[in-house]
Amino acid sequence: MTATQFQPANTGLRQPILQARNLVKTFGRVVGLDGVSLDLYPGEVLAIIGDNGAGKSTLIKCLTGAEIPDSGELMVSGKQVHFKRPQDARVHGIETVYQNLAVSPALDVASNLFLGREERLPGPLGKIFRVLDTKGMRRKAKEELTRLGISTLQDVTVPVENLSGGQRQAVAVARAAAFGSKVVVLDEPTAALGVRESNQVLQLVRDLRDRGLPVILISHNMPHVFDVADRIHIQRLGKCAATITPQSHSMTDAVAIMTGAATA
Amino acid sequence: MTQQQTAGPPSAGHADLAEEFLDRQTPLSRIRNILHRYPAVSPALVLLIAVVVFGLLNDRFLRVENLSLITQQVSVVGTLAIAQTLIILTAGIDLSVGAVMILSSMVVAQLAVNNGLPAPVALLAGLVIGLAAGALNGFLVTRFRLPPFIVTLGTLNIFIALTLLYSNGATVRGSAMPDLLTWTGTTFPVGPVRISTGVVVMLLLYIAIAFILGKTAWGRHVYAVGDDKEAARLAGIPVNKVLMSVYLAAGAVLAIGAWIQIGRTNAASPNAGVDLNLDSITAVVIGGTSLFGGRGSVWGTLLGALIVGVFRNGLSLAGLDVLYQTLAVGVLIILAVSIDQWIRKVKS
Repeated sequence: MTATQFQPANTGLRQPILQARNLVKTFGRVVGLDGVSLDLYPGEVLAIIGDNGAGKSTLIKCLTGAEIPDSGELMVSGKQVHFKRPQDARVHGIETVYQNLAVSPALDVASNLFLGREERLPGPLGKIFRVLDTKGMRRKAKEELTRLGISTLQDVTVPVENLSGGQRQAVAVARAAAFGSKVVVLDEPTAALGVRESNQVLQLVRDLRDRGLPVILISHNMPHVFDVADRIHIQRLGKCAATITPQSHSMTDAVAIMTGAATA
Repeated sequence: MTQQQTAGPPSAGHADLAEEFLDRQTPLSRIRNILHRYPAVSPALVLLIAVVVFGLLNDRFLRVENLSLITQQVSVVGTLAIAQTLIILTAGIDLSVGAVMILSSMVVAQLAVNNGLPAPVALLAGLVIGLAAGALNGFLVTRFRLPPFIVTLGTLNIFIALTLLYSNGATVRGSAMPDLLTWTGTTFPVGPVRISTGVVVMLLLYIAIAFILGKTAWGRHVYAVGDDKEAARLAGIPVNKVLMSVYLAAGAVLAIGAWIQIGRTNAASPNAGVDLNLDSITAVVIGGTSLFGGRGSVWGTLLGALIVGVFRNGLSLAGLDVLYQTLAVGVLIILAVSIDQWIRKVKS
């Protein structure tokens, strides 16, 4: 399976980092995905929009291992992969920020950043007694937050439940960015946020892209999508209705395609 | 991106004001924040106040012999409460801890006394019983996705029945009991006090479990699973494996509890410890561990067990009827849960 086979005309010869081909996923009689294909190129923000029930979340879950598609193919850097659980996707460098954030409220910021991949102390303390390197993880958590320009989180020892919505989102995004070596997927990152916090998160998305990490962004918010996306994948009734760019189409066009009032 | 200024924040100033308003702290909410961060603070205060008050009521209370007696009275429940804490931290509950402990102690005593097996082999068999009981509970909780309350309500009855079937309802008494089995009931002097070995074993267990919960990835995963199961799963934590290991660990702790029980009573009785299930939950709850999971510590549980022990001992020294002890414990439970609910409101 070579990448050139699926090369869309407008993107030249670059190799997509993540490719999906004809994904199908049904839940009983409900068809969640009805043959969806998608390409994600290096250094781009690909937005996925669509009405409720259009298959956005199912698509993302299939891309990140939270659901297993009934049929279809997934390729990471041109190599076919099969994700059975979220860890599988993570091993391939795909990190996801889920809509419900998947943070543990009672644990502190640093513990949440390293949740599921804690680091142990070097030497016998870590090897035999399996003692966590709490200080080291806190230091690294701080470094990562600084690197991402997240200034609102100074104290990494605060339990996440004491943070505001935007700060929690920042924790979740920071976790994805710290470990996502290839792709970061954000599911409705601004849904529960105010204006200022939304802008901070959108800035984070731009920063990630500028560092070369491609981002998949699922959102209902058209201004946000048109603000940060390079390309926009429009889901409708379990299929990809069109892939457009903010330059080629207006928000009104996008909504029209989304609702079936127009075609691209 | 050229459009990014369109959503610019002209309202940022208002947002700052609003945040400042929300952040404003009253002395009460400050106390709440401290309690929220250090859940063991409130049981420690209650214990301190209780010790002072009972000490003033009766000068025999603060004598070292009496304090040593309280620790011995607490040793079995305190050990069961460790197992209970582990399970409650995962947002579960174990109604079968007492029954498992009794079953394990019956097996150990009968194998050693009636079947003449060497004491270490009998103890090992007790450990196997504890692990098997934990495995059964864990299996039903993880594979069949049954609520832990229902699972352990069922296994509670099963284990009680098995104990009675196995023992024919007869108590195994001390005279023929090997020394190793009653070792946990022996005492040694530390200055003017006599400390029982069982209490030391219990404290070592507390230290070990506190270390594991606080310093290892497994401990952190236990909290994460109890806090938000789905979030833990999405973060890549093998939730079912963690749950299973928690039930197994609890089973092992219960087997050690059985050993302490044999030492303390110099016997193994199928009818002992009927109220140990609820007493262990009481200790955990009073110790500030949340029944909703993900919050609390074994140190809080130790304090909780000591509080119950101090109340029972102190009230009886003050000459009050046993009924009032039970009444006091009931009030304590409700107070503890109310405080827990109030502390949880910290969430912004």
